[in-house]
Amino acid sequence: MSNQTKHWEKSRGLLFITLAIWFVFSIGIFLFGAEMNEVTGPFGYPWTYWFTCQGSLGIFVILIFWFASRQEKIDEEFGFSEREDE
Amino acid sequence: MKGSFIDNLPRIYGIYTGGFIGFIVIMAIAEQMGMSAKAIGIAFVAFTVFIYALIGYLSRTAQADAYYVAGRQVPTVFNGMATAADWMSGASFVAMAGGIYFKGYGYMALLVGWTGGYVLVASLLAPYLRKFGCYTVPDFIGTRYGGNLARFCAVVVLTVASFTYVTAQINATGTIASVALDIPFQYAVYIGLISILLCSMLGGMRGVTWTQVAQYIVLIIAYLLPVFWISNKMGAGFFPHFMLADEVARIGELEQQFGFIANSKEDLALVPKGLAGITKAHSAVNATPWAFISLALAMMMGTASLPHVMMRYFTTPSVKAARKSVGWSLFFIFLLYSSAPMLATLSKLSLIDPTLSTGIIGKSIAEVQAIDWYQNWNQANLMFISDFNGNGTVELNEFFMGGKAVVLATPEIAGLPYVISGLVAAGGMAAAMSTADGLILAIANAISHDVYYKIIDPKAETAKRLVVARVLLVVIGFAGATIAAMEIQGILGSVIWAFDFAMSGLFFPLVLGVWWKRANRQGAIAGMILGLVSGAWYLVWVRSGGSGFLGITQLTFGIFGSAVSLVSMVIVSLMTQEPDKATQKMVDNVRVPSGKTILGKQH
Repeated sequence: MSNQTKHWEKSRGLLFITLAIWFVFSIGIFLFGAEMNEVTGPFGYPWTYWFTCQGSLGIFVILIFWFASRQEKIDEEFGFSEREDE
Repeated sequence: MKGSFIDNLPRIYGIYTGGFIGFIVIMAIAEQMGMSAKAIGIAFVAFTVFIYALIGYLSRTAQADAYYVAGRQVPTVFNGMATAADWMSGASFVAMAGGIYFKGYGYMALLVGWTGGYVLVASLLAPYLRKFGCYTVPDFIGTRYGGNLARFCAVVVLTVASFTYVTAQINATGTIASVALDIPFQYAVYIGLISILLCSMLGGMRGVTWTQVAQYIVLIIAYLLPVFWISNKMGAGFFPHFMLADEVARIGELEQQFGFIANSKEDLALVPKGLAGITKAHSAVNATPWAFISLALAMMMGTASLPHVMMRYFTTPSVKAARKSVGWSLFFIFLLYSSAPMLATLSKLSLIDPTLSTGIIGKSIAEVQAIDWYQNWNQANLMFISDFNGNGTVELNEFFMGGKAVVLATPEIAGLPYVISGLVAAGGMAAAMSTADGLILAIANAISHDVYYKIIDPKAETAKRLVVARVLLVVIGFAGATIAAMEIQGILGSVIWAFDFAMSGLFFPLVLGVWWKRANRQGAIAGMILGLVSGAWYLVWVRSGGSGFLGITQLTFGIFGSAVSLVSMVIVSLMTQEPDKATQKMVDNVRVPSGKTILGKQH
């Protein structure tokens, strides 16, 4: 298998993990919105309410930065990172 | 100053921010010395618009790559700020807190959708399109799939989606300019348009980038300052985001105590158009899972297909920077979006809690009618009370408010000085202008680069291309303003439609272009045309009384459109020949960050 194929396989793996986490916090948890809202969550807000106000939004921010740094590591591992960078 | 402009960016915008805060302080002092509310409003809007125009003038350029992609040298954090301003429209700034205030949970699907979409942008598209080195989104479609027809279809989808969106933004600048400058809306729309064009005409993407950063700073200060101030004034907590749980619970108690009493049809007929009462619980789950998820999903896929956002990531220096920049964009958006529910909570509690001095529920009708702010906003057609049950006091179901009033009127209701209201007007103007700029530029660039240069006259010189681009900018701006002046649609409805149109026609052709090598020209053309047509058909059908299916409404019609797009693209691709070797190699090259971009620096 060529270097490039391996790089792409690993990148695709990272994509699936990223999309799985994205799916959980944008779609998955809201299947149980009504049940989850009965429980008190962070800072005393009801759980579902908190996720829609802050939780999911904040998790997306962290997820993107995490994805970016993982992808950079994959690029470096296979020697595909850009040289003349800022 | 030593060093290049780019090296000095933190300093330049630091001085700018300091200067703006200084301006707020001067206005506050002027208010104490007796400057009228109207003069303060005019000063805020005029001063900020003048600064943007100055930045637009200083960024003028005669080079194609500066005009189309800001010379590809915008640092990640600044590109994040510019994208956040590009993204957060008049609707986000003025209407979002109001939507949360009135509709609660069901509406908050938009918060999740308009942020979650960035995960798709970062992981599926932005870095790859940056590697491609295109100027516009149709540039990618046209080169990846080959042929003028594919390119042209992409321009059509882009124009339909962006134009739907831009009329709403020009409408918003007109509304704010007409209130702040006290002139009729029909004229205010054109004043708004001229301000927008001043930022983009001379400098193209470069001018828009640096004004958008300046606009972000104004809009975020204008949004956060009142939220923190009101929270502290009410004693609700120093940091509202972490400390409003008691207030949310208190609203729930009051809702129980008052009860949601439905008004009769005859009573509601007396309420001015566009105003609403509180009829839904503040923090309860009031939508079915599918209603919530389908709206969030449509907004997420729409986010990843809207060209004015995507083209911001063409301006970063590298692929790596493009990825990081998406993270920064979402961070800066998060600052405002996570504050909108807090503002809605503070606003609602200050109005309905009888134990607070600002509360009006339970007071006598005559007493409320005598309040200054009630009179002002009643006159502006944004507030209304009526004693339906004849008991002489205001009940929860007898108080009505426009959605915009939550952002615009809350500072005044909570007793903040007028200078804050002037600041909020400037913030709303910044939000609407920055988005309108991004959209008009996206349309004009697609038509000038993809239709004029790539299809009609490939030998045109740079100078001629840029003249065409600028003429188109003005023409599209005026077309948008003319439609906005007719006031056909509401701000929020047409924004949501824009997302649905974009996802119907562009989501799968873009994503599969990178992630599925087998996708070919015929498939992409089928996907774009059938997706857009079926989405538009569904919208027309539901609006003309059709029942719809699977719970897909006129706000989520993109789910149907994009499903048709996906199916037709896959089937047609598989039925026709696979892309040639050169195209497959091109896709391989897009997938690795290193090496030259697919399209040259000047193309």
